[in-house]
Amino acid sequence: MAERLSPPARFTPVSSDDLRIAEVPFLTQINLRVDPKSRAAADIGLALGAPLPTDPGTCTSAQADVLWMGPDEWLVVGERGDDPEGTIRAAAGTAHVGITDVSAQRTVISVDGPRSRDLLAHGCALDLHPRVFGPGRCAQTMLARALVVLAATGEEGFRVFVRSSFAGYLADWLLDAAGEYLRKGTVTSR
Amino acid sequence: MTSRRMAGWQGEPVRFRFDGRDYEGVRGDTLASALLANGVRTVAASPALGRPRGIYAAWTEEPNALVRYGVEPMAQATTLDLTEGLDATSLRGRGRLSEEPDTSRYDAVHAHCDVLVVGAGPAGLAAAAAAAGTGARVIIADDRPVAGGSLPDTAETVGGVPGDEWAATTLAELGGRPDVRVLSRTSVFGYYDDNYLVAVERRGADAYSRERVWRIRARQVVLATGAHERPIAFAGNDRPGVMLAGSARAYANRHGVLPGARAVVFTTNDSAYAAARDLAAAGVEIAAIVDTRDTAGHAQDGTEVLTGHVVTAVGGDEGVSSVTVSGAGHVDREIEADLLLVSGGWNPLVHLFSQAGGELRHDDATGSFVPGPVRQAVEVAGAARGVFTLAGCLEDGAAAGARAAEAAGFRMGDAFRIPETPAEEPAEPAAHLWLVEAADYATHFVDLQRDVTVADVMKATGAGLRSVEHVKRYTTAGTAHDQGKLSGVLTSAVVGHALGLPLADLGTTTFRAPYVPVGFSTLAGRDRGALHDPVRTTSLHEWHVAYGAPFENVGQWKRPWYYPRAGEDMEAAVLRECHAVRTSVGAMDASTLGKIDVQGPDAAEFLDRLYTNMMSTLKVGAIRYGVMCRPDGMVFDDGTVIRLADDRFLVTTTTGNAAAVLDWMEEWLQTEWPHLRVYCTSVTEHWATVALAGPGSRDVLAGLAPGLAVDAASFPFMTWRDTEVAGLAARVCRISFSGELAYEINVNAWDGLALWEAVMGTGTVTPYGTETMHVLRAEKGYPIVGQDTDGTVTPADLGMDWVVSKKKPDFIGKRSFARADTSRPDRKHLVGLLPADPGRLLPEGAHLVETGTLPEPPVPTLGHVTSSYRSAVLGSTFALALVSGGRDRMGEELYVPLGDELVPVTVTSHILYDPEGARRDG
Amino acid sequence: MLLIPCPWCGPRDEAEFHYGGQAHVAYPENPAALSDEEWARYLFFRDNPEGRFAERWNHTAGCRRWFNAVRNTATNEIEAREVIA
Ligand SMILES: [Zn+2]
Repeated sequence: MAERLSPPARFTPVSSDDLRIAEVPFLTQINLRVDPKSRAAADIGLALGAPLPTDPGTCTSAQADVLWMGPDEWLVVGERGDDPEGTIRAAAGTAHVGITDVSAQRTVISVDGPRSRDLLAHGCALDLHPRVFGPGRCAQTMLARALVVLAATGEEGFRVFVRSSFAGYLADWLLDAAGEYLRKGTVTSR
Repeated sequence: MTSRRMAGWQGEPVRFRFDGRDYEGVRGDTLASALLANGVRTVAASPALGRPRGIYAAWTEEPNALVRYGVEPMAQATTLDLTEGLDATSLRGRGRLSEEPDTSRYDAVHAHCDVLVVGAGPAGLAAAAAAAGTGARVIIADDRPVAGGSLPDTAETVGGVPGDEWAATTLAELGGRPDVRVLSRTSVFGYYDDNYLVAVERRGADAYSRERVWRIRARQVVLATGAHERPIAFAGNDRPGVMLAGSARAYANRHGVLPGARAVVFTTNDSAYAAARDLAAAGVEIAAIVDTRDTAGHAQDGTEVLTGHVVTAVGGDEGVSSVTVSGAGHVDREIEADLLLVSGGWNPLVHLFSQAGGELRHDDATGSFVPGPVRQAVEVAGAARGVFTLAGCLEDGAAAGARAAEAAGFRMGDAFRIPETPAEEPAEPAAHLWLVEAADYATHFVDLQRDVTVADVMKATGAGLRSVEHVKRYTTAGTAHDQGKLSGVLTSAVVGHALGLPLADLGTTTFRAPYVPVGFSTLAGRDRGALHDPVRTTSLHEWHVAYGAPFENVGQWKRPWYYPRAGEDMEAAVLRECHAVRTSVGAMDASTLGKIDVQGPDAAEFLDRLYTNMMSTLKVGAIRYGVMCRPDGMVFDDGTVIRLADDRFLVTTTTGNAAAVLDWMEEWLQTEWPHLRVYCTSVTEHWATVALAGPGSRDVLAGLAPGLAVDAASFPFMTWRDTEVAGLAARVCRISFSGELAYEINVNAWDGLALWEAVMGTGTVTPYGTETMHVLRAEKGYPIVGQDTDGTVTPADLGMDWVVSKKKPDFIGKRSFARADTSRPDRKHLVGLLPADPGRLLPEGAHLVETGTLPEPPVPTLGHVTSSYRSAVLGSTFALALVSGGRDRMGEELYVPLGDELVPVTVTSHILYDPEGARRDG
Repeated sequence: MLLIPCPWCGPRDEAEFHYGGQAHVAYPENPAALSDEEWARYLFFRDNPEGRFAERWNHTAGCRRWFNAVRNTATNEIEAREVIA
């Protein structure tokens, strides 16, 4: 039987002193819809180890990463094989919530290194200055011509969540744009 | 040819070629300065009249010196860096595109700042330094390769050092600050709403991208864009050797180049006296200064000044050889000279300010248009708002920079200390002369690039035109590559002269982006070639590629079109694939269909409102086909709805409409029905979908899913089952888009390829593409939304009355079905067409007429062909068409005009194959 | 490129939004009770003023929320906005 295949199957990680780009495939992703003022929202936050972030464009990180997607919408991201869906369902009980497994809907490309912001600025219209979009910030926006969820994971690190069908396009785009920052100490590996 | 480089001017030699001849310049030259240094006077022939033209200016305002080189079809010699081996050709007549593809890389960057300063002259540098001192994020963009704006042209001192040195040091200090970005060789060419400015950075052939577009969002903007010297319209003012006085000064001070040996200076103001002094010091003999005023400026001792005089003629067909001057009460004098320097005063560069929506006001003192009120957050500083002294520009810039930073929320910080400048002589007031009056205006040029003269402008006003916008379009003045940088205000002034109206009342034409020419390739940036538009692929894409499928574009998706075997063309491959599905079993990648998970206690009620048919009666485990309409009753999308639980449905949409349908759902939920407890989530790409179709599909499925009871009674049509297929968790739906027994197998997209390979591994399944899918569905009369519909088609038009509920009190579109228009008997109905010649394939889009001979135009058309294919099972070509009153025309013969031919066709039902539906259970 | 203030995400580029036309054109309570002309008015008739205009926007490339905004059609200035609830 064939192995599981991530969307940009031909994506080759690249890294240099300035920039590292790699795919983080097969994460568990749950789309969560719930009234933020409801009891269920509070219970789900408790179960996940941190209240659901209600400030637009922020994320929390406890048992899973929880990214604000809209006023009643979050993306819950666990490691490969995690089961946040079970945790959320148990916490929500019979309340009116929307819980949808979207693990394969998007894949994740990590962009890291001192030039990560410069790379993303080629295609992202958001202000990515560290004072504006530092660790803990996330946004749904456009990168090049693809819809993405962008999350700042560290001072120089980002996760780009991209729809699987766009992943090949975005990988090609990123690699072309990254060429400028890969000249020093470039290593590519499969 | 004599060198006109100043003695002792140092510079690394650079060899270049112009119009087939070899020359040498020095590093730091522009092509224009290098040509002048080599004594080249004529660099172009004017486009309309073929008159010889020389270099007229020294930067982006140049109207004459256009060249082509490499793949660049049009560049200004005055802004083109001289590089080793440059091979340029003058443009004679119109430019033309290079036949070579441009293989350079172009890209773009988004940038944000508190204060954007445009221009790195004295005002811009002072503004940037003042703003940066507060801690604000600053971008300073300047179109020149070296900082200082006019300072390298005028060689003035700042803070006791040469101005260009001060500028370079100041810019370097700015660039060293963490929150300051310095963009050199970067022209800001567009100023749009909400302080969005677009600039092009010319990075050069050796850079990773040759040119880069900067998209800058600034909280505050300081425009320190400087001023352009004004030309004067007089007879012969287009001769090679006529040059703006400040530009000649720039060639001497910036490049060490003398644009001539003996010069007459024609001026209305003091600035040309400084130019004359610098040129004289560089070695140009100043024959005379011709001043239109009665009081002279401060000329150097020994320079003859003719006050109250104007230039009335220029001698020399190929270039200036003499200048004739006239003054009231004086005898005309012809002065020998090879250079005529002109200064009509200075026009502030208000282009970007005007693009920002700023109003211009006429300033009588300078005779120019200066910035007035504006609604955007922008300051204008220095010469761009009519401040023409060095000290004034530094002070004005610093104040504007500080104000901008404060407006952006920054206050405290290192104060910027305005550097000392030498005391300036008090200026005599300038005169405002645009035009030297004459009996004949045929060689008084207004726009050199468009060959527009004062006579042309007067012809326009003589024809009754009064608006400068109309005169611009009538004469083409101001429409060339330079967009009227020199000619725009001059044209207004000449119109004013002709009509006897003050310039202030006429105003200027509208300033529009781009301020400088920008290549389409630059604007396209990375969005070209393979990255031109996102390519969307399914999890099975690599397999389709490996098996040689050509792809059909469906929106941004790439879908396998057909799978040709060796020696097969498309027709043969599709007939084979169709035959396989109708007689055996085939498989198709159906992953691109949109999928939306609809959850919540009110989900059924919600779907009842969206679909024309009833969804709330659907049982868990069952599937129903549905149609959605817009409120106007026209079909918007169709697909299947499967009920997963009492409060959960999975909706499929057409491939092209997936995002639109989700947006549609959210729109109604958020804006009209917020009380409905429903959540919608796209899961399109979470699933890979393999359609298995044909009488043999049950056996294939049974083999892959041993745990699934597949007989017709256990797994009836329009139901679904969760099971394992090929060892993978799968949801199998028994639905058909071909009329055959068929299943759609859904697995997690990561497992899509594994499923597909398992299906293919059975050895009995023929892969088929979208073309076969289209043929099979069309034989059954299943419409494709967007192909057989176009936003003017109701379900009834499609022959699908059955899908419109009569029981529901309301749904979107219902009220429109009661409108008279939706029940007109002549509405276009979806019908089938069979050509009389079964080998004749009708083109999609072809029209239908009633008679076998064409009447006189206009020919009434009955409708058009929406889908057309060859059918293996029908043994004929066939088509679907929207035909006026089509259902009442069964059996009628109609005609399709194709070229000179009228092709006869017979109208049939749109369901051409298996109308009883006998095949769907296998 | 307008900078449109999403009530949730803050100011974002115009390219992230879909325009939704005139605001406050509610779906009629009972369409069946309307005359053809009244129904046509709901379907097809919209204001087109120069100046202040209340209109709907959807932050499609962001939080996907609809909101109302008052935009000056002559200057493109957005003077007010409100969450639809
Ligand atoms: Zn938003």
